[in-house]
Amino acid sequence: MIVAISIGAVTVPLGDVWGIVWHHVTGQGAAGDLATDQIVWNFRTPRVVLAALVGAGLAVSGAVLQTVVSNPLADPIVLGFSYGATLGAVLVITLGGGVALAGLGVSAAAFLGAVAAGALVFALGRRNGRMAPTRLVLAGVAVGYVFLSATSYVQLQATPTELRTVMFWMLGSVAGAQWDQLPPVTVVVLAGTALLTLFGRRLNVLLAGDDSATALGVDVNRLRAVLLVLSALLTGTVIAVAGSIGFVGLMIPHLVRLTLGADHRRLLPLTALLGALYLVLVDLLSRTLDRPNELPLGILTALLGAPFFLWLLRRNRGLD
Amino acid sequence: MKLTVDRLHITLDRSPILHDVCLEARKGDIVGLVGPNGSGKSTLLRAIYRSLRPAQGVVRVGDDDVWALSARTAARRTAAVLQDATGNTTGLTVTEIVALGRAPHHGLLGRDGAEDHRAVEDAIDRCGVRPYADRDYASLSGGERQRVLLARALAQDPQLLVLDELTNHLDIRARFELLDLIRATGVTTLAVLHDLDLAARLCDHLVVLHEGAVVTAGPVLDVLSPALLADVFGVRAHAGQHADGVVRITYAAQPLARGGGEEPGPVARDGTGAEEGRTVGTGDR
Repeated sequence: MIVAISIGAVTVPLGDVWGIVWHHVTGQGAAGDLATDQIVWNFRTPRVVLAALVGAGLAVSGAVLQTVVSNPLADPIVLGFSYGATLGAVLVITLGGGVALAGLGVSAAAFLGAVAAGALVFALGRRNGRMAPTRLVLAGVAVGYVFLSATSYVQLQATPTELRTVMFWMLGSVAGAQWDQLPPVTVVVLAGTALLTLFGRRLNVLLAGDDSATALGVDVNRLRAVLLVLSALLTGTVIAVAGSIGFVGLMIPHLVRLTLGADHRRLLPLTALLGALYLVLVDLLSRTLDRPNELPLGILTALLGAPFFLWLLRRNRGLD
Repeated sequence: MKLTVDRLHITLDRSPILHDVCLEARKGDIVGLVGPNGSGKSTLLRAIYRSLRPAQGVVRVGDDDVWALSARTAARRTAAVLQDATGNTTGLTVTEIVALGRAPHHGLLGRDGAEDHRAVEDAIDRCGVRPYADRDYASLSGGERQRVLLARALAQDPQLLVLDELTNHLDIRARFELLDLIRATGVTTLAVLHDLDLAARLCDHLVVLHEGAVVTAGPVLDVLSPALLADVFGVRAHAGQHADGVVRITYAAQPLARGGGEEPGPVARDGTGAEEGRTVGTGDR
């Protein structure tokens, strides 16, 4: 992370970065000159921290969702959460003042959109109190399409400038990170990951299939409901601040499963860690590959990760 | 622990599946649940391991109604090995699968202790899955998987075992080994079995389910009469105890014609089917 903070449009020596971060965290040592301090502490550090939190949050909710709906393709996008968030964000961006009447910023609207999508999937995926995995996935996909259609329609009404903002938002970015955004996101991601890890043993049991899980003492429907709510909140929070970033939620969990095993009590913390590292790295590349311009994260997450993932898939025999 | 099923009625999507089912297994008994496809065997098991709530009637394990217990408490008494139990288990190792059996012994904050470790290792040894304990469950053969799932059930430390077609898809030797394993546990067992020979080999008592109702129940040889085999299973056959003490069933070359004028519903003991059955199977009884 220190390396990621030091590199950018202006490269700051690693030692200086360390010094500045140390100064701010502990209040000891020298702060360095004002411009460098500004770059390191006010721009880069929150940005890197936010990238780590977003990567962790997306990866953890992807891992949980894949187990909750027993489908390896599941992630916040497949279940419609991301499209819900996108609609919320796009509405605020294009209608601007109109929607801001409720004091809604882009982030708040995106969060509400994701949670609304989660609630819809939850409601539509239920029948007679049962939440069958297949029904949940299909409900998620259908809800996603509805939100996507609505988003497309809203975009048609947008001006070119708004469209550009929309597009940048949809591809995701942590460029605008500020310190005051971080506390809520930190709390949600850390608490969410910790809480979901506590459910690790029950998530393992869920892998055995619904009837067997019931015979192992797990109330399958209640567990699904709780996990769905938690992961919708987690996803909604990180998408709200960073936009809709694909791939991380889908691939990072699989990467950990394929290399380090599928026991959720280990899987979830490791997934969080790897997701965090991955997004910090991707963000670093996004602002250095085409200096001083920045690429959206959504482009790079898949471009970098997919080849490695495909290589891993070919190497692994457990999937045959 | 003893199992008591008392006047159970189950309805699925408004159509009745089980009707007035009563059944009892005393502590340590091995009871076989047999019947043709669609007779309601698996549904009855689901009510016992608390996956399907009955419309009426009671399932007691020990002295308690399982539906009055929490899911977790009930699972500390009853373990199940089910047909479609494989699920999406990609990635878990055999030991991790067996360890799932410890889940009902822990709350959200519970961590694995020495007792859990001992129960898991013990189950692994008893079921002979030690040689592949570290392998990916998904890479195992059918027979190996069944042993692993039985080990998971034993790790649960149950007082009642519920088995649904445990021996399906296994070769004959693996079947016999699995039956021995179940006998050796000494745990009260209710086992659904399609293969009547295996049922006769494993069980002390049989309960015959037909079209959602119990037709008859009792010691193996009493139950498997030629009349019953004809009425319920539609085959001419007879069961006899051989010199080695094993009950074997001899089947005639042709099954009985389907629906030959018999009324659907409760078995007609004096029906024509029964008569034909008797002509084949009177031999050594």
